[in-house]
Amino acid sequence: MLEINNISKTFNPGTVNAKLALEGLSLKVNDGDFITIIGANGAGKSTLFNAIAGSFYVDEGSIALDGEDITYVPEHIRARSIGRLFQDPMRGTAPGMSIEENLTLAAGKGGWLSRIDDELRQQFREVLSKLDMGLEERLRQPMGLLSGGQRQAVTLLMATINPPKLLLLDEHTAALDPAAADKILEITKDTVKKENLTCMMITHNMQSALEIGNRTLMMDGGRIILDVSGEERRAMTVGDLLERFRDISGRALDNDRMILT
Amino acid sequence: MMTVSLIQTALELGLFGALTVLALYLSYTMLNVCDLSTDGCFTMGATVGAVVAISGHPFLSIPAAMAAGMASGFIVALLQTSMGIDSLLSGIIVNTAWYSVNIAVMGNASLLNMNKTDTVFTRLKDALGETVISDSYRLLIALAAVVLVVAFLSFFLKTRLGLAIRATGDNPDMVRSSSINPAFTTIVGLCIANAFTALSGCLMAQSQKSVNIDIGSGMVTIALASLLIGRVIVRKGGITKGAVGAVLGAIIFRLVYTVALRFNMPAYMLKLVSSVIVIIAISGPYFRGRIPLYMKRMGRRKDNA
Repeated sequence: MLEINNISKTFNPGTVNAKLALEGLSLKVNDGDFITIIGANGAGKSTLFNAIAGSFYVDEGSIALDGEDITYVPEHIRARSIGRLFQDPMRGTAPGMSIEENLTLAAGKGGWLSRIDDELRQQFREVLSKLDMGLEERLRQPMGLLSGGQRQAVTLLMATINPPKLLLLDEHTAALDPAAADKILEITKDTVKKENLTCMMITHNMQSALEIGNRTLMMDGGRIILDVSGEERRAMTVGDLLERFRDISGRALDNDRMILT
Repeated sequence: MMTVSLIQTALELGLFGALTVLALYLSYTMLNVCDLSTDGCFTMGATVGAVVAISGHPFLSIPAAMAAGMASGFIVALLQTSMGIDSLLSGIIVNTAWYSVNIAVMGNASLLNMNKTDTVFTRLKDALGETVISDSYRLLIALAAVVLVVAFLSFFLKTRLGLAIRATGDNPDMVRSSSINPAFTTIVGLCIANAFTALSGCLMAQSQKSVNIDIGSGMVTIALASLLIGRVIVRKGGITKGAVGAVLGAIIFRLVYTVALRFNMPAYMLKLVSSVIVIIAISGPYFRGRIPLYMKRMGRRKDNA
């Protein structure tokens, strides 16, 4: 469904700060895949997501989604089929606007001059009540009053209210306290399963990288250095992962947020 | 003593100016764009409105001025969304350019007289005739325009397009992920805002029956001062309350200014006063936030002594 063909990206080309962030990366994501991605700091994980979502255009190579070449399609057009969550819960919502206003923009239903009506509100109440956070009673409250976990839950709802072809999760639980992180992860898994979404998730938790989803990628130096799935992945332990990283890259895996267990 | 007529004049000027304040409410408060083309656009509304009225179209002059404002807003928005020019710089550039354009619009003159021109004001004055309210024709038109614009904004900013414009000022990333192009919302927002700025200029000029090239100079600071005064009065509440606060701010600004004039403040002080108000209104909360830091520093100094 997603075909990335030999993409490269250099930031600040021609300067002393030039950084080759993606180097001839290719990847084929199958329909219904739930891929977890791990890697050291600066391995290019977020850069890969930025390339897929269209935050910048790649220098070389091509990206196709469901057979359609999107290499030069602007970010806001790609957003119709690609949903995305960031580590920072502030990034996904407009803090000064109410929950229902945020959801209305995400839902994108009706004409430009349509207004929020009771039917839409009822629909929002239903989806919010499934989060089990009491947010269905707070439709008119500003988003900025919500906790990080609540904001991230609403952001997830906004990203999937029109089920996207591809959902990109960039360490979306990393900034939350453990209880909220667990809850968001549960909601994520439920949503992905229920809507049968194709999903890619960056995580710093090696254990959950192996437990969640059906396929794990390891990145280093702007490339994918390991791509495991199926039986091989099922048999893998965190220790195996670390060993494989050392074997391939010639050094120990170093990520200041990495959780090994 | 303040006479009734002085208060009435302050109200009229406050209401005409309130249209520009409402424009900034849309561009500055909602869209988070400080539109420095406001002065030039205000003057453009005045000149275009005057020229069309002088050519014998009193009613057409108003939509014509608003269309000119919209075009002005479109250009400012285009420069900053699609041509890589900084938002503040876009406004300054357009503002400068409009000086030439406005003189050209007035037919190579820097002053136009509308003493014998048929405008909406003369029409209403004639219609009212010798009734009790015959003197308040300017006030009535100003009030009608402000009420219409406030009503429009409180409707529009709750539509999906209005929400998208507000979100653009709040979090452009979120707008993009909602599959809306923030460049588009910025363009629409600035077009509408500048239509109101031009309407403000058009009505102001026609009510005082003349337009000169300096009519808009300093408007952006005056309007910003009014907007910030309004924000102090109406701190909380939704869109409509905020818009009403903006109007109140504009009126209070003019009333205070009128009082100051009565205490022999020279008229030329208007712009200095408005600048000082903007400085206080913006730096005040900044310094208030730093008070704990100052306290700590003072404590440190005492400890060291």
